[in-house]
Amino acid sequence: MYQYDEYDQRIVDERVAQFADQTRRYLAGELTEDEFRPLRLQNGLYIQRHAPMLRIAVPYGNLNSKQLRTLAHIARTYDRGYGHITTRQNIQFNWPRLEDVPEILDLLAKVQMHAIQTSGNCIRNVTSDPFAGVAADEIVDPRPWCEILRQWSTFHPEFAFLPRKFKIAVNGAKEDRAVIRVHDIGLDIVHNAAGELGFRVLVGGGLGRTPIIGEEVAAFVPWQQILNYCEAILRVYNLHGRRDNAYKARIKILVKALGVPEFARQVEEEFAHLKDGPSTLTQAEIERVASRFNDPVLSALAQDAGYRARLAEDKAFAAWARRNVRDHRVQGYASVVLSLKPYGVAPGDLTADQFDAVAELADRYAFGEVRSTHEQNIVLASVREADLFALWQDARAIGLATPNIGLLTDIISCPGGDFCALANAKSIPIANAIQDRFDNLDYLFDIGELEINISGCMNACGHHHVGHVGILGVDKNGEEFYQVTIGGEQGNQTTLGKVIGPSFAAAEMPDVITSLINNFIDNRQDDERFIDTVRRIGVESFKTRVYAERAARLEAKEIAHV
Amino acid sequence: MSDIIKNGRVHVDEWTVLRLAEGDEAATIVLPAGRVIVPLAVWQARREELLPKAEAGVLGVWLAGNEDPTELAGDLSALPLIAVDFPKFADGRGYSIATLLRTRLGYGGELRAIGNVLRDQFFFLLRCGFSVLQPQEDKYTPAQLEAALASLIDFTEPYQGAVDRPEPLFRRQPRRPLHKEAA
Repeated sequence: MYQYDEYDQRIVDERVAQFADQTRRYLAGELTEDEFRPLRLQNGLYIQRHAPMLRIAVPYGNLNSKQLRTLAHIARTYDRGYGHITTRQNIQFNWPRLEDVPEILDLLAKVQMHAIQTSGNCIRNVTSDPFAGVAADEIVDPRPWCEILRQWSTFHPEFAFLPRKFKIAVNGAKEDRAVIRVHDIGLDIVHNAAGELGFRVLVGGGLGRTPIIGEEVAAFVPWQQILNYCEAILRVYNLHGRRDNAYKARIKILVKALGVPEFARQVEEEFAHLKDGPSTLTQAEIERVASRFNDPVLSALAQDAGYRARLAEDKAFAAWARRNVRDHRVQGYASVVLSLKPYGVAPGDLTADQFDAVAELADRYAFGEVRSTHEQNIVLASVREADLFALWQDARAIGLATPNIGLLTDIISCPGGDFCALANAKSIPIANAIQDRFDNLDYLFDIGELEINISGCMNACGHHHVGHVGILGVDKNGEEFYQVTIGGEQGNQTTLGKVIGPSFAAAEMPDVITSLINNFIDNRQDDERFIDTVRRIGVESFKTRVYAERAARLEAKEIAHV
Repeated sequence: MSDIIKNGRVHVDEWTVLRLAEGDEAATIVLPAGRVIVPLAVWQARREELLPKAEAGVLGVWLAGNEDPTELAGDLSALPLIAVDFPKFADGRGYSIATLLRTRLGYGGELRAIGNVLRDQFFFLLRCGFSVLQPQEDKYTPAQLEAALASLIDFTEPYQGAVDRPEPLFRRQPRRPLHKEAA
């Protein structure tokens, strides 16, 4: 992964000093609550339901074992022994004390980490494909581009106080695994007809209370110009985005108001002035940044016979390999997903001991590196096939080998009402109740690929709009209810799900999912996935089934009470 | 008189910022004596009358966040001072306005940040081309303002180019590649 140079280190060190002083002035009463709020937010520090929450940046999801051990130490020392992987690949701690935060940031800086711009109305952590650099379908490794964008956006003086938060994602593969269509800027690395490298630029995607799929603003921006082009987009947004209403302040609202052609025209007009300016990238700079990713140099290995023999004889191992192991671009290697979705645990949570244990696995099997995913799991990018069995055994021993990646129980969930001050309803207990209902692995495998995404409020941190099944917590007269959407999808065919009807009480949710699954099983053709069946037969059939079975349940309950 | 920050030091200000109150008319409002910074609307309503004052170095113009700096494109050489108002410190439009004045329009005179100007934004303001920072009167004690000068240099080598240092870090400093070893 990327190794800091002296300048990267200096900027992070100076940030620690700056924030320590800001915190001191706040505690001394020199900074008001309102003045301190954006400063602490731009350091990832929220005031939450129980305590401050600190969100630590994991640039495009890359972590090394040393960093994981520091996170373990932080979890143990300053938190209640665990941390949480977010849907933007970052890591959150839910229980630090404000007074301790400067010290935590200092510890992070020592392992090339920080919490810069993980919240606030600024350019946030750039996200990308967790399989970047190793995916078999990769066109160009997005990580150096992500790092260049990270550096450009870090303390960008003109864009530190935007109308609202701003998220950028980069995809470099044939299949988009970075959900670029629901980002403020989605960058797709492409080649033009002449074979030159550049970016297809999507703008104005986003979930939240007004979910919108990003639209193409430029079909091809040459790579040399990408920072100039982004600057043009950000300047148009900074000057013209709405600041009178936080709910209408995202760039997607500006793009909708102007229309894509007019927005694109304004960006082009701005870009004309910036093109070929000092921020224009050079081949030497790209190569330099790429060189600072000290990836292992892998040469193809013979396919491992022992691995294949194990697959044939050990059913549990084979099940794990089928769900949690992915092809690698180099023969003899594989990528492994450690599931953070065992039953009964908050999706994406890791204990301090697990952070340490994952560090150990990374050192032993994966060249000391891991990736966090927006699905809230952990990826070991490069593992020798010959090591997979041993890795599986070790991962199982620490509870991270649930063979459910991409299945119904691999639920994406925000922290919800148990932690988050914004939430209307709890998320984690719903995820756990669903996991509990579907605890039969054979049945899960039979159901096949299914993504359930849960958000505790319309801010949509759990990406519910793009879940095959989306669950949204809503408040009805002070009570927690859940609205269900189906037919959403992430990736190249990103689609927003459709609401099936009136919302449900928390206790009904496992039954609702059962009704959806039963309708799918009754209607599916061959090996169709749930989402394909929804596409083919439409939402109506699912809706009818869910509400008919619900009515029957309510009636049965009444009879029982007579 | 409020204190201002200029060239890394605290100075006593000699200018008065004129703001239109409810009912004030740009065309008729009486200008205070001495050096004055008038709203764009006043400048536009009375340009002919005010131009000699600007040229004499005693009148400047301030822009609100929703005002287009190109409105002043023809007056830049006459104006000794342009100010940009920050109605709230978290309203970042002024950073883009300043950047456009400096880079696009080539304005070389005094560029002043006024309004809700706080020390924790000093670094960003300087980078976007402001040459004078004017915190609200009485916001800081003299000692606090002296201490706040430290915030002007929060970061010594920022990554990206901006008005103060147009070249990004990779063009300003030699940054080294990392040499790989085979695994």
